[in-house]
Amino acid sequence: MLDSNWLAVGLLRNIPPQGSRVVRTEHGEIAVFRNSADEVFALLNRCPHRGGPLAEGIVHGRLVSCPLHAWQVQLDSGEAKAPDIGCVPRFPVKVVGGEVYLGLPAPTTSRARLNTVD
Amino acid sequence: MKQQLVLVGNGMAGMKVIEELLALAPERYDITVFGAEPHGNYNRILLSPVLAGEKQPDEILINPIDWYAERGIQLHCGKAVTVVDRDARIVRTDCGIVQPYDQLILATGSLPFVLPIPGRDLAGVVCYRDLHDVEQMLSASRQFRNAVVIGGGLLGLEAAYGLQKQGMAVTVVHLLPTLMDRQLDATAATLLQQTLEARGIKFKMAVQTSALLGTERVTAVQFADGSSIPADLVVMAAGVRPNIALAQRSGLGCERGVLVSDTLQSSDARIYAVGECVQHRGQCYGLVAPLYEQARVCAAQLAGNSEAFYQGSMTSTKLKVTGVELFSAGEFQGGDGCDSIVYQDAGAAVYKKVVLRGDKLVGAVLYGDTVDGGWYFQLMKAQTSVAALRDSLLFGPVSEAEGGGQQAVLDWPDDKPVCDCNGVCKGKIVETIRGKNLQTLDAVRAHTKASASCGACTPMVEQLLAAAVGDNYSAPALPAMCSCTTLSHDAVRSAIREQKLLSLSQIFQTLAWRHADGCDKCRPALNFYLLAAWPGEAQDDSQARFVNERMHANIQKDGSYSVVPRMWGGVTNSHELRSIADVVDKFQIPTVKITGGQRVDLLGVKKSDLPGVWADLAKAGFVSGHAYGKALRTVKTCVGSEWCRFGTQDSTAMGIQLEKLTWGAWTPHKFKMAVSGCPRNCAEATIKDFGVIAIESGWELHVGGNGGIKLRGTDVLCRVETMAEVEEYCLAFMQLYRDEGRYLERTAPYLERVGLAYVQQRVVHDAAGRQLLAQRFRDSQQHFQKDPWAELASPASRERFIPIVDLS
Ligand SMILES: Cc1cc2nc3c(=O)[nH]c(=O)nc-3n(C[C@H](O)[C@H](O)[C@H](O)COP(=O)(O)OP(=O)(O)OC[C@H]3O[C@@H](n4cnc5c(N)ncnc54)[C@H](O)[C@@H]3O)c2cc1C
Ligand code: SF4
Ligand code: FES
Repeated sequence: MLDSNWLAVGLLRNIPPQGSRVVRTEHGEIAVFRNSADEVFALLNRCPHRGGPLAEGIVHGRLVSCPLHAWQVQLDSGEAKAPDIGCVPRFPVKVVGGEVYLGLPAPTTSRARLNTVD
Repeated sequence: MKQQLVLVGNGMAGMKVIEELLALAPERYDITVFGAEPHGNYNRILLSPVLAGEKQPDEILINPIDWYAERGIQLHCGKAVTVVDRDARIVRTDCGIVQPYDQLILATGSLPFVLPIPGRDLAGVVCYRDLHDVEQMLSASRQFRNAVVIGGGLLGLEAAYGLQKQGMAVTVVHLLPTLMDRQLDATAATLLQQTLEARGIKFKMAVQTSALLGTERVTAVQFADGSSIPADLVVMAAGVRPNIALAQRSGLGCERGVLVSDTLQSSDARIYAVGECVQHRGQCYGLVAPLYEQARVCAAQLAGNSEAFYQGSMTSTKLKVTGVELFSAGEFQGGDGCDSIVYQDAGAAVYKKVVLRGDKLVGAVLYGDTVDGGWYFQLMKAQTSVAALRDSLLFGPVSEAEGGGQQAVLDWPDDKPVCDCNGVCKGKIVETIRGKNLQTLDAVRAHTKASASCGACTPMVEQLLAAAVGDNYSAPALPAMCSCTTLSHDAVRSAIREQKLLSLSQIFQTLAWRHADGCDKCRPALNFYLLAAWPGEAQDDSQARFVNERMHANIQKDGSYSVVPRMWGGVTNSHELRSIADVVDKFQIPTVKITGGQRVDLLGVKKSDLPGVWADLAKAGFVSGHAYGKALRTVKTCVGSEWCRFGTQDSTAMGIQLEKLTWGAWTPHKFKMAVSGCPRNCAEATIKDFGVIAIESGWELHVGGNGGIKLRGTDVLCRVETMAEVEEYCLAFMQLYRDEGRYLERTAPYLERVGLAYVQQRVVHDAAGRQLLAQRFRDSQQHFQKDPWAELASPASRERFIPIVDLS
């Protein structure tokens, strides 16, 4: 059912609603967001403006506001919201049976270390 | 068969002719438009807001491509006309299109002037003229750091402002010693330079650029004296030249621009020319208002009105740099045969100069306060005698209008031009306001375009609006909190109290919020209002808190955090210092600094180390410093009577006492205090939200000071005798501010909004009220005075600070 690039990264309930958790990968930190409608999104944890950690931003609707200078980034596209211009890479993500799966560019499984308390 | 009308140049002036012509004689011509740029025509003036990130490219389109099709206009965009064959009456494009014409309009605008210096072809060297240039600058701003703008005129400064807003370090290089030398006198230019310098733009004045260095991409700008500065992007904004190549090649009479008569016809009567490419009565214009006047005359001529003439224009300038108010028009320099009247308030950075010749106003420069610019400009254009107004001229039309009041604006003739950019006159504006029952400036802009471009006429439009709407016009109500609601901060707060709302979701539902979970502006504010109104009952939502409050640490520019352990009154001891030193070693914290509030700041802590840092500090007896929250920050103290030979009271003990009482209290914005032991005021209590200064007979209490962006000294609240009184007054004031201050409103603006007398009434004169306020503060402290570090350092909470998975 899952192709080899999908990687289980933890349980949905370990991500706070309107919050996020970070997955550290060899591509850099990826922020996995969960909004109030329980939709899940994954973006590189670097604001297109000055690299702010988006994971610490305030999540509202399908937007996250960067904690550094309040740029708003669209969770579903990675595009900054007008009037700002810029975008951040996004990654495929899905929830199957309460478990969050992240689609990564290349299979990197063996070195995964799960830090979830469960 | 209809006549064939061809326009070369799909820009502001040319398309204005077409728009006006369609209004006058929609059926007269088959129209074909050629434009070298690949889009519909757009408002070139607004490129600067696009560069500054204040507008999107599609918001500045005047007519999208559909607009042309809907009106049967054939548009060839992205196609440059290369040949006008006047004998055959055809034009040809670079790609081989051939189009016959009966009447032709040239509106080819102008070309930026590129300094003829080595290196001008390097990558990273751009001009500032069209959307493509803006795109190049925006993309450079995302990759590079240093920008140099050559030219300190209107365009150069707007480019510099925009690039700086995009995060670049910008230096403006200018040949002359003063900025905008064609629009400003030396005084205004100096003020402008100071304002921009204060915002971080650097200037190199009176220098000549001799070369651009670099092999592929530009790396530096070199000057005639041999010095150089680094540059990854160079914007040439050193002037424009009318674009007359096509006209010249076609054998039309040209000097600096294409020569035209008062009917806007060139040396070939079938060929009209308008816009920046034109020279009329010796003048070339580089601003929209005169070009639009030309366009109107040209359209009237093409529509068959041979009585329409253009007689030249007077121009005025505004700089579109947000927050910089600048206006200039006419013979602003003054000089022989002129009188200048000058007003200058150096403190407020306001400068006004009007220039008179005889009894006529012929020029004006305004800096800092430009409200009257439009009025002066009208007086100049109408050549009104200002002899009777001379004494009050610098104070604007207020004094003039005293006799007539609002009626006076309504008495203006209907054809009096108000918005020159868009050519809207008074009659049209008033008619639209009344017809469509408009109530706001934005609505007037949307329906008439008046004041929608450069904004110079905004004050006049506002006056018309006020006069036309009459008694129903009230100053705009309090602005909405954010785009999620129409309610103001105050309205939401009273709803929270009156309807006893206890959670964000209740607010969103009861008050019909537009977005299901609000936004980053309203959520933190609402969370505070809930806690302030219903301490202990309202639900605190950590996802509605800004990261600093969620992490109990201050986020820094690289995403690391800084932690400030609370040291009561700024006093510490060897045990505390040793534990701090241990934490620094253990977590390899790169920087340790003493803050302005006399505390130790540990900078550069990794997010994942935060719980560990807190745990160790908590073990040593520290609580959080709240050096990051909208809460009590620090109480700064001097050494007072305990050590100082001048001290009259124990300011240190007082400070510690106040800090112990108030730490952990959430407030609308950060809240700082200080206590000094005598009027020498070494703790700088007169720039704090609440300041205490010991005097012989007791204590003097101060409120509403601010040392931040806008410096404000405190107002004296009152004098009291005992330490217990200091406490009670302090708590009462904090509670009052907490009840009434709007989120993110410091005490200084709060005090200015409600007035000192009001605060004195509530805190000083009304003893019972004061005690009640202080008691409410104490009550809420039961809920808030908890060590947040202890809570979050627990193993269960620690999870949130580390990656959910580590794959690296
Ligand atoms: C960044 C910026 C800010 C400005 N700010 C202000 C301001 O605040 N206030 C103000 O009044 N003015 C301002 N101006 C000036 C104003 O924009 C111009 O005066 C005005 O746009 C000129 O209109 P135009 O129609 O003559 O030329 P343009 O608007 O430049 O139009 C000419 C068009 O003709 C096209 N063209 C040229 N040759 C050919 C050809 N052979 N075939 C086909 N197409 C051709 C060009 O591509 C161009 O699109 C600003 C200008 C810039 C660049
Ligand atoms: S304010 Fe007065 S008491 Fe305090 S240190 Fe200064 S001189 Fe001494
Ligand atoms: S780094 Fe994100 S808004 Fe500046």
